[in-house]
Amino acid sequence: MMIIQIICSYLATIGFGIIVNIPHRALNSCGWVGVLGWVTYLVIKMANGGTMLANAVAALAIGLSSIFMARKLKMPMILFNIPSLVPLVPGGQAYKAVRNFAVGNDLAAISNLVQVAMIAGAIAMGFFISELAARTYFRITVKH
Amino acid sequence: MTKNDLIIETILMAGKIMIENGADMARVDDTLTRIARNAGIDNPKIFETTTGILMSIPEQAAAQVEPIQKRTIDLEKVSLVNQNSRAFQDGQISLNEFRNNLVKLNISTPFFSFWLQLIAAVIVSVTLMIMYGGSWHDIIATAFAGGVGYSCYYLINNRLKIRFVSEFLASFLIGVIAVLFVRLQLGAQIGMITIGGVMPLVPGVPITNAVRDVFAGHFLSGMARAMEALLSACAIGMGIAFVFRFL
Repeated sequence: MMIIQIICSYLATIGFGIIVNIPHRALNSCGWVGVLGWVTYLVIKMANGGTMLANAVAALAIGLSSIFMARKLKMPMILFNIPSLVPLVPGGQAYKAVRNFAVGNDLAAISNLVQVAMIAGAIAMGFFISELAARTYFRITVKH
Repeated sequence: MTKNDLIIETILMAGKIMIENGADMARVDDTLTRIARNAGIDNPKIFETTTGILMSIPEQAAAQVEPIQKRTIDLEKVSLVNQNSRAFQDGQISLNEFRNNLVKLNISTPFFSFWLQLIAAVIVSVTLMIMYGGSWHDIIATAFAGGVGYSCYYLINNRLKIRFVSEFLASFLIGVIAVLFVRLQLGAQIGMITIGGVMPLVPGVPITNAVRDVFAGHFLSGMARAMEALLSACAIGMGIAFVFRFL
């Protein structure tokens, strides 16, 4: 089961990378960043960590590893974190919200929307912490 | 053309290419300031938003403005500008060569062909459907929905150049295909097929950049990007809602 998930997340990340036209030599490492993010998400979810924490930590993992890849390959960081982020997008909840609004079930729709907003917030939080950690680290190690 | 004019022209062109193709503002700011420093201007004044760049050199009275009207996504160009800037910093190319390279890469950077993108979109749809816990019966339906949806999105975006309408029509088509396949007993869950099919259309670049811009202190650009992402998401949602209301 886990192997299927890993293969799928690798392919999905590379697929989205092709859609936004990232350079060829970044594709492979981008795929692995995506796998790392998705596996982190799954592991925390399986350990009953909750959706928010899972999303936040997965975004943190993606942020840190894409900073690492960006330094290593000397390419902009967004090449790695945009495609890797796509599996974390709350598609399921957004879909439920739209369906409930269309059917006229407004209360359920609003609760779904709140979930979407909270997941988006959790992902933003994860990125923020990764950026903070990276900046602090580079400020300590690289003295200008 | 004096040297200062050349510097300003090069910097504005580099900034324009980067912003047009989906770079985040912190990166643009960093690159442009670096180019200016390496060209010999100690204290360049550059102000950039998602819709335009302003630049002046302190000792000169003149300033230049570069409006940015179109916004597409092509991260290879962003990466190439970055590479050229690095080469310029290391002294491998002169400012003139840098400018010529920018003109060249803006016209002739290869994009993945449409067929490859279509295959990529199908792969994204199918793999994400499986990852979200969909059943294997829905693979054909999801592949079809994702492929048709992405083709529609691509054609409208490239031929007619209307934003948001392309997302709306594409997600509408995806919804119709999902409902049809389930009615014909060729798929199991409408929800999973739709979610998978819509995934290639997700505004991933504006979402990520909105977050990064806001945290980097570029509030104007961050809000503009968030608005863009929100409008795309709403267009997708409306397309799907249409299907539920009338089918």
